[in-house]
Amino acid sequence: MADWVLPVLIGVVVLVVGSLALLVPRRRRRALPPAAPPVAEPTTPPTGPAPPSGEEPVETAEPSRAPPAATAPELTTPESVPSRLVRLRSRLARSGALGQALLAVLGRDRLDEAAWEELEETLLQADLGLEPTTALLTELRTRLRVDGTRDPVAIRATLRELLLAQVDPTMDRTLATARREVDGTWLPATVLMVGVNGTGKTTTVGKLARLLVAQDQTVLLGAADTFRAAAADQLATWAQRVGVEVVRSDRDGADPASVAHDAVDRGVADGVDVVIIDTAGRLQNKAGLMDELGKIARVASRRAPITESLLVLDATTGQNGLRQARVFAEVAQLTGIVLTKLDGSAKGGIVVAVQRELGIPVKLVGLGEGPDDLAPFDPESFVDALLG
Amino acid sequence: MFASLSDRINAAVSSLRGRGRLSDADIAASISEIRRALLDADVALPVVRDFTATVRERAEAAELSKALNPAQQIVKIVHEELTRILGGQARELRFAKRPPTVFLLAGLQGAGKTTLAGKLGRWLTEQGHTPLLVAADLQRPNAVQQLQIVGQGAGVAVWAPEPGNGVGNPVEVARSGVAHAKEQFYDVVVVDTAGRLGVDAEMMQQAADIRDATQPDEILFVIDAMIGQDAVTTANAFAEGVGFTGVVLSKLDGDARGGAALSVASVTGVPVMFASTGEKVGDFERFHADRMASRILDMGDMLTLIEQAERAFDEDQAAELANKIAGDGDFTLQDFLTQMQQMRQLGSMKKMLGMLPGMAQIREQLENFDEREVDRVEAIVRSMTPAERDTPKIINGSRRSRIARGSGTTVTEVNQLLDRFEQAKTMMRSMARGGGAPNMAGGGFGLGSMPGMGKKSKGKMAPPVQRGKKSRSGNPAKRAAAERAALERPTASRGSAFGLTDPSAPPSLDLPEDLTKYLGR
Repeated sequence: MADWVLPVLIGVVVLVVGSLALLVPRRRRRALPPAAPPVAEPTTPPTGPAPPSGEEPVETAEPSRAPPAATAPELTTPESVPSRLVRLRSRLARSGALGQALLAVLGRDRLDEAAWEELEETLLQADLGLEPTTALLTELRTRLRVDGTRDPVAIRATLRELLLAQVDPTMDRTLATARREVDGTWLPATVLMVGVNGTGKTTTVGKLARLLVAQDQTVLLGAADTFRAAAADQLATWAQRVGVEVVRSDRDGADPASVAHDAVDRGVADGVDVVIIDTAGRLQNKAGLMDELGKIARVASRRAPITESLLVLDATTGQNGLRQARVFAEVAQLTGIVLTKLDGSAKGGIVVAVQRELGIPVKLVGLGEGPDDLAPFDPESFVDALLG
Repeated sequence: MFASLSDRINAAVSSLRGRGRLSDADIAASISEIRRALLDADVALPVVRDFTATVRERAEAAELSKALNPAQQIVKIVHEELTRILGGQARELRFAKRPPTVFLLAGLQGAGKTTLAGKLGRWLTEQGHTPLLVAADLQRPNAVQQLQIVGQGAGVAVWAPEPGNGVGNPVEVARSGVAHAKEQFYDVVVVDTAGRLGVDAEMMQQAADIRDATQPDEILFVIDAMIGQDAVTTANAFAEGVGFTGVVLSKLDGDARGGAALSVASVTGVPVMFASTGEKVGDFERFHADRMASRILDMGDMLTLIEQAERAFDEDQAAELANKIAGDGDFTLQDFLTQMQQMRQLGSMKKMLGMLPGMAQIREQLENFDEREVDRVEAIVRSMTPAERDTPKIINGSRRSRIARGSGTTVTEVNQLLDRFEQAKTMMRSMARGGGAPNMAGGGFGLGSMPGMGKKSKGKMAPPVQRGKKSRSGNPAKRAAAERAALERPTASRGSAFGLTDPSAPPSLDLPEDLTKYLGR
């Protein structure tokens, strides 16, 4: 069966790849209809737009804004940032098995090779990756030799400090979601949400919209995931709950770039603060899809520049996360990472490697299925969770 | 980029021959490389520990074969062990004696359950069943709707009495789905459940309730191939919470090495039964333990490559082409153009090259390639007249300069392409005829000792070529037989990788083939 394949295959490869060429497919995998019509009418929830925005987050526990009278019954009021931080911090520390193991190791009289190995395993089990782990432990050894300490508490503190340095608390983790005036027009901040399949992009878009509404910003969503079944409806459901509008195509399989463009266009026209664009999940090794994403980013930034390009990374992701980040950073000029599903047993250690190698800060974490379970990333809590 | 495990073990092991056993130092060095490779592939740590212990044991006990150098021997052991764990418990799906059979899907959020439900539905339909998909994910917004659309795309009926979005009781839905199937004579029920975390006791209880209500014949645990160290924790949580009987590995079309498969199979002892390999409803196939082993070890994956090529190439055309190459006709630039276009449908050339064993070594060069080169080649061929494409011999100096102008390249580039074309033609012919390949006499090329690995472009291309040739070498009779069979057989169905291992396929395509390269060194 394969016999005709191989000679042909290899022959063609030799010919094409005269100088070790790589062929990147031009094909559009998704059999997109050639001309996608512009976006249809947005599905407008029966609510008025949110009141004009103040740029500062609201510090009270309840947002001061009262929902408009025309609000649909299911419209809910998002929780404010400070209050959710308090509530969610406890979730990070949920599974402490690793931390206990760590304490047991550090509690021994002397750190022998076996103990070091266990330390290494603890970090590896948090998906930290082999190289960062090795680097970290080498540094820890050096530090301990210099300090000459045997105190487990001090060792733990040193480890924590080193880990924290890896996560780098000094990075700028604020979301650029402020409207800006360019040449006399107010342009909305544009947030592009990208990632592989099933990491929680649509959910994150919905939660982020709530977060921004809680900060009294006006939000418009763009449903540029025109591929997955019911993705736009899923987004619309989120939007309806919080009373923001969605720009979407009237049919599946439309050109996502055109939807993104129309979303930004309408955002400019309506004078909203933030336009959040949801994109379809794509595996980073699919060149055709990554090209498509590049196009979405290009087209969406035509009216107003993209201010945030966020990679949604699943905390359960292993070493492949680094490759994801690398490819997406290239195509979509990432400005930040959203680490989702951190409320499970996974530790999301891969973001340490991602930050270290690519310098892209984690900006948000998803900590549960509830609509308000999205919070700004806090390096200290994260490291504490890594160490259990 | 990581070098492949076999290359690293080669580097780690001193290739002293003649000793009766592998030296301890060799084993220790190899074990540490194996550990590293497995961890890079996201195999869970406890599994890595057990695995390396087994390999160490076997390596210490192994008599050093004369045919193999120590590195090859260790790679062989590793591969065998991996295949054993991954494929040890392979079995068919269990169907109920009295329909309806119930399959329950469970897994983390975003693992791909809903998509899989559609794929499974389509697959079951193809197997002659009449499946019913039950939308018991009432949690995630519009999951019910997604399943309805997916079911529509797959041509499978969907039972969705509740609108979802937090409304309704999934246990009730599952129960009524099974009842509905009984009434309407659907013989298989696939229950799609909401994604849940292993640590979420309440949701796990709900999954257990659904299980108790429907008495499923198989509980399939859907797990993302990209998952890291958490695979074991999650798998254990699900094994305890609902107790799955089979595993489905999703998103295997990504470039994750998929160590999770090994972790789950080894920790729970439950077989990985299916792999989900794309976003289309037909991208679903049985799990191949041997391929997965190669993938985890980064050893190249000829079988998948061939299979993909078969999907992309038009069979009749290709068979005709094979005849041409073998000498009945003449392979022309026109044929080349057609093949190149078909190959573009295959996916990235980089990926394909990566699947050829031994390519890992030149990965870095691969990464840096300018893809527009391909367009240039195409432009050159397209700038030729049909007559020139059919008989390149007529291309004289003035035609060359015209072609160069037409394609925006230089005469030198045109010349190079024509040279390569002649070479490729000769090579393809000798390969297609089997045996008698001119270079075969050389026999054992080592990956590292490949001539011209250095600077010259053709040298870089050489490894895959000779590799492929070698793996097909030595058995012209069988190859010819297989070729005949290939011509008679209809197009292989999707994911029919098993077809490759059927008796009519050349044995050289079987798993040990992957190892031939090590054996042949």
